[in-house]
This record gives sequence, C-alpha cells and structure tokens, in this order.
Amino acid sequence: MTAAPALSVEGLSVEFRTRSGIVRALDNVGFSVAKGETIALVGESGSGKSVTAYAVLGILDPAGRVTAGRAMLGGLDLLSAKPRELAEVRGREIAMIFQNPRTALNPIRTVGRQIADVLIRHANVPRGEAQAQAVEMLRAVGITDPARRAKAYPFEMSGGMCQRVMIACALAAKPSLLIADEPTTGLDVTTQAVIMDLIGDLAGKLGMATIFITHDLALAGQRAARIVVMHAGHVVENAPTRELFEHPRHPYTAELIAATPDSAASLDELASVPGSLPDLRRTDLPPCRYSERCPRKASDCDRPLPSSTDAAHLVACWNPLPMNGPLRAPESVS
Amino acid sequence: MTDIAATTRPAAGLAALIRHSRYVIGENPVTGLAFGLFVLILIAALLGPWIVPYDPLASDTAAALAPPSAAHLFGTDQLGRDIFSRVVAATRLDFTIAVASVVLVFLMGGLAGVAAGYFGGWTDRIVSRIADTIMAFPLFVLAMGIVAALGNTVQNIVLATAIINFPLYARVARAEANIRREAGFVEAARLSGNGEWRILTFQILPNVFPLMVVQMSLTMGYAILNAAGLSFIGLGVRAPTPEWGIMVAEGAANIFSGEWWIAFFPGAALMIAVFCFNLLGDGMRDIVDPRRRT
Amino acid sequence: MLANVLRRLVTVVPTLIGVVIVTFLLTRVLPGDPAVYFAGPAATPESIADIRKSLGLDQSLAEQFLHYVIDLAHGNLGNSLATGQPVVSEIVSRLPASAELTLFGLIIAIAIAIPLGILAAVKQGSWVDHTCRVVATAGVSLPVFFTGLLLVYVFYYQLGWAPAPLGRLNVFYTAPPQVTGFYLIDSLIAGDFELFRASFAQLILPGATLAIFSLAPIARMTRASMLAVLASDYVRTARASGLSAYTVIVTYAFRNAMLPVITTLGMVFSFLLGANVLVEKVFAWPGIGSFAVEALIASDFAPVQGFVLTMAVMYVALNLIIDILYGVVDPRVRLEA
Repeated sequence: MTAAPALSVEGLSVEFRTRSGIVRALDNVGFSVAKGETIALVGESGSGKSVTAYAVLGILDPAGRVTAGRAMLGGLDLLSAKPRELAEVRGREIAMIFQNPRTALNPIRTVGRQIADVLIRHANVPRGEAQAQAVEMLRAVGITDPARRAKAYPFEMSGGMCQRVMIACALAAKPSLLIADEPTTGLDVTTQAVIMDLIGDLAGKLGMATIFITHDLALAGQRAARIVVMHAGHVVENAPTRELFEHPRHPYTAELIAATPDSAASLDELASVPGSLPDLRRTDLPPCRYSERCPRKASDCDRPLPSSTDAAHLVACWNPLPMNGPLRAPESVS
Repeated sequence: MTDIAATTRPAAGLAALIRHSRYVIGENPVTGLAFGLFVLILIAALLGPWIVPYDPLASDTAAALAPPSAAHLFGTDQLGRDIFSRVVAATRLDFTIAVASVVLVFLMGGLAGVAAGYFGGWTDRIVSRIADTIMAFPLFVLAMGIVAALGNTVQNIVLATAIINFPLYARVARAEANIRREAGFVEAARLSGNGEWRILTFQILPNVFPLMVVQMSLTMGYAILNAAGLSFIGLGVRAPTPEWGIMVAEGAANIFSGEWWIAFFPGAALMIAVFCFNLLGDGMRDIVDPRRRT
Repeated sequence: MLANVLRRLVTVVPTLIGVVIVTFLLTRVLPGDPAVYFAGPAATPESIADIRKSLGLDQSLAEQFLHYVIDLAHGNLGNSLATGQPVVSEIVSRLPASAELTLFGLIIAIAIAIPLGILAAVKQGSWVDHTCRVVATAGVSLPVFFTGLLLVYVFYYQLGWAPAPLGRLNVFYTAPPQVTGFYLIDSLIAGDFELFRASFAQLILPGATLAIFSLAPIARMTRASMLAVLASDYVRTARASGLSAYTVIVTYAFRNAMLPVITTLGMVFSFLLGANVLVEKVFAWPGIGSFAVEALIASDFAPVQGFVLTMAVMYVALNLIIDILYGVVDPRVRLEA
C-alpha cells in the first residue's frame, strides 16, 4: 500500500479525574496522518481535539490518564514510551504550537533565547551559534529585522509575531509532524491567512506532516487535505476534504457544515447544531455519544459503533447519510 | 463575592449559611477541630477565673519552682503560683485583647476604607496616605513605639494592634465600597433620603463584613501574638497580671536552669490559640469563597 | 535602568516624610509632660526646665517639628539617659550585630524555604508537599520568642550542643578587629578560624529561631507561585518543545515563580525586623533591638524614638532594594514607559 504514516493513533481513550467525577474525555479515538500530509481535527469546544494532541505529546494535565490506545510515531508508541525515548522525540520529531501565542511564550525570556533553547536541545547546535541560528529562524518565519527582534520579549510583540516565534520554536529541529492547536484563534483575519500560509509553506519545504486542530470547518476546508470530525471524544467521520463537504455521511458532520457560514449562505440559512454535548461524567453514556441529539436516530443506534469498511471515508454511524446525499442536511429528515 | 440578593433577604441567607458551614466543617475535619478548639478557648475565657483550682495571683513560696505534678498540673513558678490556673486565667485577657483589637480595626479601617472608596477625592487621598505611612514601618516596631509613647496599658496594646492592621482593612473596604457605590440597594437607600454616612455605616460596611471574616480570624491570632510579644519585652501588661506573653518572659530565665514548665505552658497555650484562629480563618475562607481553597 | 532607579527614589521621599512625621508625633503624644520623660526619673524641676528649653518643648508644635528635622539632618537623635551617649552613636555601633543576625537568619530561611516550596509544587501531594504545608501553618502560629526559648532548652540545656545564649561571643573570646562589624566576616578577614567558629556557634540558635519564623511565608509563597507557573501556558509549551526537565523547572518555571516571592520578601522583612527585637532579648544579643528594650524598661525615651526611626528608614531602604531587584528580574517592569 502506501508508505508508513507519520503518525498513527489507534484506540486512544483518556480519562480525567475531577472533583465531580471521572470525565471520559476520549473513547477509542483513531486516525492517521501520512508523511507530508495536512489533515484537520475538527469539532466543537469540548469535543476532545486538544486532549487528543496533549495525550499524543504526553503533556496531559496531571489529572488526566491515558487508559488505552497507541500513538505510533515511526516505530515508537508515544503512549508507552519510556521518558528517555519520549525526550528524544518530543520537540524533535513531533512539535506543537498553541493558541494564545503571547501567553504560550515565556514572558521574561527573549524570543531569541527561547528559540535557541530548542536548537541547543534538539538540533545539536552549540551554545555559541544558537543565538545566530535563532535569528535565521526568525527570518525564515518572516519576521523583519530579526537580529533586533531576537532580543525582544513576547510582551513587546504583536499576537501574529508571537505566533511566528512559536512556529520558529516548533520547527527549529525540523520535525516530521507539526500539531497546530487553533493557531489563528485570537488573531485578526489578515494575520490568520498569513500565518496559515506560512505554516503551509514551511510544511511543504520540510516535507512535514501537519495536524490542524480547529473548530472552524471552513478553515479546515481551505487548508487540509483530509478532515477528521470529532464529537464528544469520538471520531465520527474521517474523509478527504472535498468528499466530506460534498458527501458528508455522519449526521453531525452535515449539521456542522450547515452551521458553517460561507460566502454563499444568507443569515436565514445559517443554522446551529441542535442539542448540546453530553455530560462526559455520566456512567450511562450511550455507545454513540451523538445519538441523543441526532435527528436520524434509529432503533439500532444503541449498539456499539461500527468500524467502517471504507478506509478512505470512515464513518462511525449506524444510520449514515446516503452516499450521494445532498450537499447540506435537508430541513426535514424525520 | 457576596450575593447582593442574599443580603436583602437576610433570614434565608442565614439559614443557607449555617447549612453550608455545617457542610464545610463536616467535610474538612481540620476545620472541625479548629472550631472545637475555639469553643474550648471561649469557655476558658468566659469561665476561667471560676473554674481554676488555685487563685492565679496567690503565691506559695514553699511550693515554688515545682515541676508538673498531680497537685499542680503545669507546675509552679518562682513565687509558687499555680501555672495551670494562671494559663487558664490568662485566656480571658488574651482573648479579650484579640477580640477588642479586631473589632476596633474593623470599625476604624472599615469605615475609613469605605469612606475613601465611596467619596473618593481628598478622603481617598488622605486615607491612602495614612495607610501607606503605617505600612512604611516594620509593624511590631511601630506597635512598640505607639505603646511606649501612649503609655503602658492594655488599652494601648489594643489600639496599637488596631493601628498596625488598619491599612489592610482600609484597603479591602475601599475596594468594596468602590464597587458598591453604584449598586442598586445603595441607590434605593439614597433615594429614600438616607444621609451619606448612614449609607456607609449601615449599607456598605455590613457588606464588607463577610469578606473580612477570614481576615478577622487571622488578625485575632496575630493580635494575640502581638500582645504577647509586647508583654514579653515589658510593654503593656504588668506583673502580676496573668497573660501568656508576660508569663513566658517570667519563665525565660528559668529555662537556662532547666525549669522549663514556667515558660513552656503559656507558650504552648499561645501557640494553640493562634493555630486555632489560623485554621479557623482557613475554614472561613472555604465557607465564604470555595473557589479559593488552599 | 538608571531612570527607573531614580524614579523609585523619588517615590520614596513622601514615605520618608511620613515616617519622620510619625516618629515626631510619637513623642508629642506622650501622656503628660514630654520633658519629664526626657529628663529621666531622677530629674529635678530645674533640669526638667532645662530639658524643656533645649528640646524646644516650650515652642509651638510647628517650631518643634522644624527643630526635630534640623536635628535629624545633623544626625542628632538625642542622648540616652542611661549612658549619656548620643543615641545615634549607640545605634551605629550596635547595628552590625542586628544586621548580622537578621541576614544570617534570612539566608538560612531562604535556603530551606525555596527548595522546600519548589519540591512541594513539583511533587504535589507527596510527603514533601504535606511537610511544606505543615511548616507553613506552624511557622505562622509559633511565637518567635517561644521558639527561641524552646531551642535553648533543647540544644543548650538538654543536649549541650549549643553554647550559652549570652550574646555574640563567649566570654573567653574578644571581638575581631572591626572591618564590617560582622563577626563572621571579620574573623575570616583576620584569619582567625577559632574565632569564626565561636561566632558561628553563637549565631546558630538565634539565627535558627529567626529562620523558623520567616520560613513559613517564603515556603508558602514559593509553593503557590510554583504551582501556578507549572500550570501555565508557557511551561506547557516548554514541555511540548521537549526541553530538558532542568530547563523546564529551573529556567522556565523557577525564574518566573520567583517574582512573587521577591515581592513577599518585603513583607517578610517587616516581620523579621520586629522579630529581631524579641530574639535579641531571648539571646542577650547586643543589637539595636535590645538597646531599645533596655531603654523602654528605664523609661528612656530618646533611644526608643531613634530606634523606631532607624528601623523605619532601614525598612524603606530594603523595600526600595527589593523593588529594584524585581525590576532587574522582570523585564516587563523595566521596559514599560
């Protein structure tokens, strides 16, 4: 078949211990990213997209636990790797950038030094040269006057510039996979486009695979080759972008598409996804966590979810929309 | 933050408060312990002079410097006075000092603070300047200076303690008053013809109280330590009045010759009382604002 | 940078003015006739009248204040009744003793409290964490003079490990030649290790007493600050970037966590300077605290006034240094406006 994927997540389940109970944040999440491929992990707030990334990178909150699953990066299972093996890989083979770039950078350390820290750690750059290389990295991410900027602190820079710095940190060791968690939330629209272009460019140059985590389906549609839709800790659909938009099969995906404003839609046609996320602390969660708000719920939707046979277009649903269904979910389905 | 609705229906608020308090005390055994200790201290303070086995001031030179025994639970001091009786009797004085200091500082600091926050302008500037000047001194040193200047009495210890805690209370009260200046119930009071000072004292100040309850418990502990410290260096309480601090001072020299009980028991009582008030303060914090649990 | 320091110096001026006014007012609120206090218990009506004249107490309040300020400007803090010496020279000669003790105690406190707080935060829920919590609560409740006496009883009387708590040096030794006034430093400068050990031995118990006292707020703030920083976005980024544990905890977390701790030091100094007085009494330490306490007992007021003023000025200076130090560590303060 094709070459080994850059990252392959299988059967990932994560729990959080909280004062009010155990939150079953992720249940049997699985997807893969091919080398050099750009995919998007899409879902509402609380769908578990960021938790997935944190689990893979091993930076879950102390209250969180991975209860099952593997995350294969090359031949290494990140979830059961020893700390030493993980230290080799994190930041070097797999990197992550976050939203709110200004708070995600150390406020009392110059940006040049923060990039240099990564270079020294992962790129075998001796201390003396690290600063100069950091300046080059700043240039590569499109920051003007990089030599002067390298001595600046995050609070002296705009949000867009801070995000560029984070990208520089993440890409310093030329990783094979970049996870970008809502990288443009909080930035103005023009800067958003510029940052997304930058990530795309650098990914192309480095042959790097990218996972965009976003709640913005339109953004995912513009940038990703493949989209993985998540809902309440489950992967509900996984398909190439065009296919997903033209033939969404999971009812939730259809609702999401309907709720996404695009240039053609008028305000009247704008819908919201009905219902709300189930409380993940419940011990009586149904196998399909969307069933309680699903307009297509059928009698056999209480069964454990199927594993899809079509590898190119995965759907976790007993009653998916037909293959040649309409572009948008019709008003009346029932 | 205190719920404005709750303050306009005090009866319902009180019942809920008691229920919530019982829950918090039950959930955290340490708070329950602190509460129990507090009750014990209160009993000792109220009934002390009547329940002690010996007269705290009666000396019996024949039995001087006796170590703890069945007859004298905590031993006797250089003048043969029973230390157990003195420690229990001292509870009243130290407790009174603590309560008086806290009430005084709440009134002084609270009123000054709400006035500063409510009126702003020169009132604010003067109160803030006074608070800043007080904070420019190391607090115990200032207390020493005040008591030395005003005279060596218990009242002056209370006043000095209130003064050095003034900035803290003034600051919190000022912040609260600033927020509540435009609140609904204040408007209502104003419209029904209440003078500004009435509003301050009867509307705004009581609303500051719940916030300060935590701080007041901690200040009680601090006030006791302060009074004890001042007495230890000879300011405030005079012999032969039983007070924990001065008793430790009286027993200090004897430590070097091994008669530890004279200074130990009053010191331990000090420690337990302060510990109790600190724990109580933490427990209050859980009751008043569960978000800020330590 | 210099502009920052100058700006802070300027804000200190009104504070100092307030301090001078308060110390002035302290004497003027003395019950009864201040002149009697300054003349002493054995004064005759003539000497009282003389004192009243020389202190200008028969003048108006404003004139008295002017007098006071002018005296201060000349370094005149009045004379001690007991010794007849100028208060200012007594204070200057005794200051190193107090400073050495306070600094010694503070350094021990920091050396224990900060690692304790860091470990408690890094290993939350472990026994280190619980120890830290207990230390913090107990430290706040223990009266400092009680701790001192307990230490004396255990380590001097019972175990005999510590020397008699009778001041800075055992009777058999003489002080080293004065360079800084700190016996520890001066004895090393003089190359006298025996003296160094003797001075150190005398410092241990009172220093430990002060350290136990100031341990609590520092440990508590370090732990809380470290916990907050470890949960921050930038530490998460540092971890995600795979930086070494040392880099994450020390370079990224610790440095940021220390900022509130530096601010806490100001409050710690306030307690420490007060506790100093009590510790000096317990250990018969010849510092300015015991100077003031002795004067109090003798109703000798000028030294007390001088003591309060000196302590306040020192405290203001210490806070200024802390502010500047904070500015050095936190670039956000340095580079703003």
